[in-house]
Amino acid sequence: MNKYSVINTHVHNVDGIAKVTGRAVYTFDVKLPGMLYGKILRSPHPHAKIVSIDCGKAMEFPGVVGVVTGKDTLGVKQGIWRRYQDLCDEQILPIDKVRYIGEPVAAVAALTEEIAEQALDLIDVHYEVLPSVYEPLDAIKKEAPEIHEGFERNMNVTRHIEWGDVEAAFEEADYIREDWFKCGGQAHMCMETRAAVSSYTPEGKLTVYHSTQSPYYTQGLLAGVLGLKEGHIRVISPYVGGGFGGKFELDGAVFCSAVLSMKLCRPVKIVFTREEDFIATKRRTPMSYYVRTGVKKDGTFCAREAKVFTNGGAYTGMGATALYLTGFFHSFPYRWKGYRYDGYRVYTNTLPSSSMRGFGAPQAMFCSEQQIEWIAADLGLDPIEMRRKNAHYEGYEVPGQATIASCGIDQCFDEIQKWIKEKGPLPSNRSIGISACGFMSGGIFNWFDSPYAFSSAVVTINYDGTVELHVGAQDIGQGSNTTMAIICAEALGVKVEDIKVHSGDTDHCPADLGAWGSRQTLMAGNAVKMAAEDAKKQLLEFAYAQSGSNIIYDLDIKERRVHSIARPERGSDYFDLVKKVLRGKEGQRIVGRGYYTPHRKGMISPAYSYMLQGVEVEIDRETGKIRLIDSLTAHDCGQPINHLGLIGQLEGAFSMAAGYGYLEYMPYEDGKLMNPNLVDYKVIRATEMPKVPVAEIDTYEPAGPYGAKEAGEGLTNPTAAAIGNAIFHAFGVQMKECPIRPEMIVNALKEKKAKEKKGN
Amino acid sequence: MEKQPLKLTVNGREYELYINPKALLVEVIRDHIGLTGTKRGCETVSCGACTVMIDDMAVKSCSILAVQAEGRHVRTAEGLEVNGKLAPIQKAFLDHGSYQCGFCTPGMLMSCEALLKEKPTPTEEEIKEGIEGNICRCTGYNSIVRAVEAVAKGNYKEE
Repeated sequence: MNKYSVINTHVHNVDGIAKVTGRAVYTFDVKLPGMLYGKILRSPHPHAKIVSIDCGKAMEFPGVVGVVTGKDTLGVKQGIWRRYQDLCDEQILPIDKVRYIGEPVAAVAALTEEIAEQALDLIDVHYEVLPSVYEPLDAIKKEAPEIHEGFERNMNVTRHIEWGDVEAAFEEADYIREDWFKCGGQAHMCMETRAAVSSYTPEGKLTVYHSTQSPYYTQGLLAGVLGLKEGHIRVISPYVGGGFGGKFELDGAVFCSAVLSMKLCRPVKIVFTREEDFIATKRRTPMSYYVRTGVKKDGTFCAREAKVFTNGGAYTGMGATALYLTGFFHSFPYRWKGYRYDGYRVYTNTLPSSSMRGFGAPQAMFCSEQQIEWIAADLGLDPIEMRRKNAHYEGYEVPGQATIASCGIDQCFDEIQKWIKEKGPLPSNRSIGISACGFMSGGIFNWFDSPYAFSSAVVTINYDGTVELHVGAQDIGQGSNTTMAIICAEALGVKVEDIKVHSGDTDHCPADLGAWGSRQTLMAGNAVKMAAEDAKKQLLEFAYAQSGSNIIYDLDIKERRVHSIARPERGSDYFDLVKKVLRGKEGQRIVGRGYYTPHRKGMISPAYSYMLQGVEVEIDRETGKIRLIDSLTAHDCGQPINHLGLIGQLEGAFSMAAGYGYLEYMPYEDGKLMNPNLVDYKVIRATEMPKVPVAEIDTYEPAGPYGAKEAGEGLTNPTAAAIGNAIFHAFGVQMKECPIRPEMIVNALKEKKAKEKKGN
Repeated sequence: MEKQPLKLTVNGREYELYINPKALLVEVIRDHIGLTGTKRGCETVSCGACTVMIDDMAVKSCSILAVQAEGRHVRTAEGLEVNGKLAPIQKAFLDHGSYQCGFCTPGMLMSCEALLKEKPTPTEEEIKEGIEGNICRCTGYNSIVRAVEAVAKGNYKEE
C-alpha cells in the first residue's frame, strides 16, 4: 500500500494541458516587437586561420541590420568548467582560427530569416587552411597539427582513477582477457533545435529566451563573455523541446543573438536548422576503449584496468566530466579488488563532444558488459550468476569513491532470470542479451564554481491556501515541474492542483545548477521538501498554539486536513488555518525556504540507481538487420515519485539507448559529418520500438527526498551492450564497435565462417 | 515573387491572407495566422512535428505550399478542443503521459487523430505505422500507442 497521499500516485503532468493543446510556448515560438532574425556563417574548413573577414557587402544588402564577427566580442574564451581557466577554450565567434567544420565565424541580423541567410553569402572570409586531424590516436602523434596552444600532443584533459593493488589483484586472477572497443558519437537530436531570442535594452540589461537545461548556467556564462553582471541578465526558459545533455552550455544561437542584440539594441532571434543542430552543437563523446580484466576460475572478479582515448573534438565543453564518469561507471556495478582507469581526452578538428544522457556511461557499459559476457562464456559460467556474485550491495564502499546506501541490483537479477525462463526456447534467429549498470543521482562536483547552493526552492502560501513553488530546476520534458509539485504537495499536505510551479526564469527563481546528471529529483527534490516543511512548520506552530497539544510535532497536515498524528480522524481545514495564520502575520504570506548542497557524499554522487536491461533481438543472418522484439527493464530508483513520468522516462531512455546500440551513426569524412539530416541519421521510430515493461525494485535511498534517486538517464547505459550480447549468443560473434551496423554483423559472420573453414 | 491572396480555412475559421506563393503551409499557419502549436523540427519532411490534418488526412505541413491547401479544411492541434473541452485523444495523452518535452506532441496528436478517423479500432501495428512519420525523441512511442488504444476502446468520450 502506498503510505503517501500524492507520491507515486497517478498524477497528470502539470504542464500537460499546455502541451496537448498547442498552448505551450517554446523559445522556437517567441516573437518580440521589433524582433530581427539572425543567421550564422559557418566555417567550411576543419582547421584554418581567419586572415580577414569583409562584411561590407552583407551590410549593404537591403534588409540587413547588422553583422558581427569575433572582433565585435570581448574575445573571452569560455567554458562550463569555469574553475579551470585552461579548459575554458571556446570563443564561439573565434577571432583568429576555426577548429571544426560548422564553427561560427560571423552572424547577421536582418528583417527576415531569408534575408539574413542570403546575406551570409556576401560575407567574404579569407582563410589560411591548416593541416587537420580527426582521430584521437592520430592527434596524439608528435607530428600532428597543434589545435590549441599549450596542449602538448593535443592532450586536452587526463583523468586517473585507481584503487587497491591492481598488479597484485591481477596476480590472483586465473584468467585475464583484454579487448579494444570503439564507441561512436550520438546526436542529442532534440526535437526543438537550439534556439534563442536575446533582447538588450539601453539601460544595459539583457533578457534572453533560451532553450536550455540550466537558465542559471546560461546567465553565468553569458555574463562572463559579454562583460555584464549576472543580475543584469535575465534568462527565461519557457517550455524546452528536449535537452538530453546537449543544452547546458553556451551555444551559437544564444551567444550570437546576444552579441547582435547588444550591438543593435533590438531583439534578435536565432533558431538552428536541423543541419546546424547536427554539425555545430555538441555530441556524445566517441571513445576508444582498452579493457583488461582478470577473474578467478569461479568467476570472482579480481582486477580491471582500462585505458580510454576520447575524441574530444575542437573544444572541452562538458567533455572533461564525461571523461571522469566513463572511467568511474566502467567499474559499475561490480566490486573490484584492484581497479585502474586512465582517460585521455584528445582535441581533434571535429565537432566538440560533450555530455549526453548517460554521460560517458553508455560507452563504458558497451565495453564492460560485453567483455563480462565473453569472459563468462570463456570460463563456462552462467553470465547472470557471475555478475550477481560480484555485484554491489547495500553498504558497499567503492574504495575512496562512494558508499552505496541503497542497492536493488540483486532483485534485478531475479527479475531478469524469471523473464528469460518464462520466454522458454526462442527461434534460431532470435536471442536474448542482458546488461547491468548503475548511475548517479546528481554530481557533487562544482567545476562551474557556483557560489550558490546546488538547488534551492521557495514555497509561498497565498491567503486562499494556493501555493507558489519557485524552483531553479529546469523542466526539459523529463517532468521535473510535476515531480517538484508532487514532493511539495506531499510535504505540505495539500494536493498537486493547489500548487503552481514557477521555473525557467532567473529573475524570479532561485539559482540551481539545472537539469543534468540526473540531479534534480534528488537535489532540487530535497530543496523543495525542505521549503515545504519550513512553510508547514509555520502553519503548525500557529495550529499548535491554538490546539493546546503537548508537542508541536504531534500535528500534521495531510490531504488538506490539519490533524493530530495520534488522531488523524479528528482535524480541521487547511484553508482555514492558512487564513488565520496570515491574519496573525499581519497579512504576510507564508514563505518557506529550502536548499540542498551535497556534503560528505564521496567523490561522485549522493546516491546510485541500479538496473538490468534485457532485450530480445531478431537478426537477419543475410542482411545483418536487427529488430528488437521484446525487452525487460529491472529497475531500482528508490522510491518512485512521479509514476507516470518514471515509466515514460524509462521507455524513452530505452529508445535512445537502443538507437545508440544499432542505429544512430555519425560518420565523418575529412572532418565533415556525412549525414546531418533526419533522412540519413536514423533514430528509433514507432515501428521499431518493442514493448518496454518495467519490473520496479523497491528500495529506499536515505539521501533522496522520500527515498528517491536517479531515474531516466541511467537506462541509456545498458542497452547497446545488451544488443551486442544478444548477437553474441545468436551467432558467437563479438561486436566491438557501436552502433552495431548491419554490415558489421554480416562481415563478422563471414569472418567466423572463414575461420571455421580454416580450422577444419 | 509577387504576393497573392489566399483563402484558407483553419480550425473552422476562414482566413483571408496575402502571402508569398512560395510560402509553405506550416509557415502560413505559424507566421501569418499565428497558431504556433504546429512545430518544425527538420527541413527534410522527416520528423512530423508540423503534421496537420487536411480534410481528415494527416499531412506534413512543411511538405506542401499554403496555396495547395486553398479551399480545404486545415486542422491543427489547437483545433482539437471544442469550447475548452479536450478531445478524446488529448485526454488520453494526458492520462497515459504520451508526451514529455511536448515539441512533437501537436503533430503527433494530428497523426493519431487522422488515424482514428480512418480506422476507429486500429491494431497495435496499424497505430505504429500511423505514427511512423512522427519522431518523438522523449517517450519511446509506447505511451502514445497506449493512448490511441484507449481512445479506440471508447474510454474517452467527446464532450
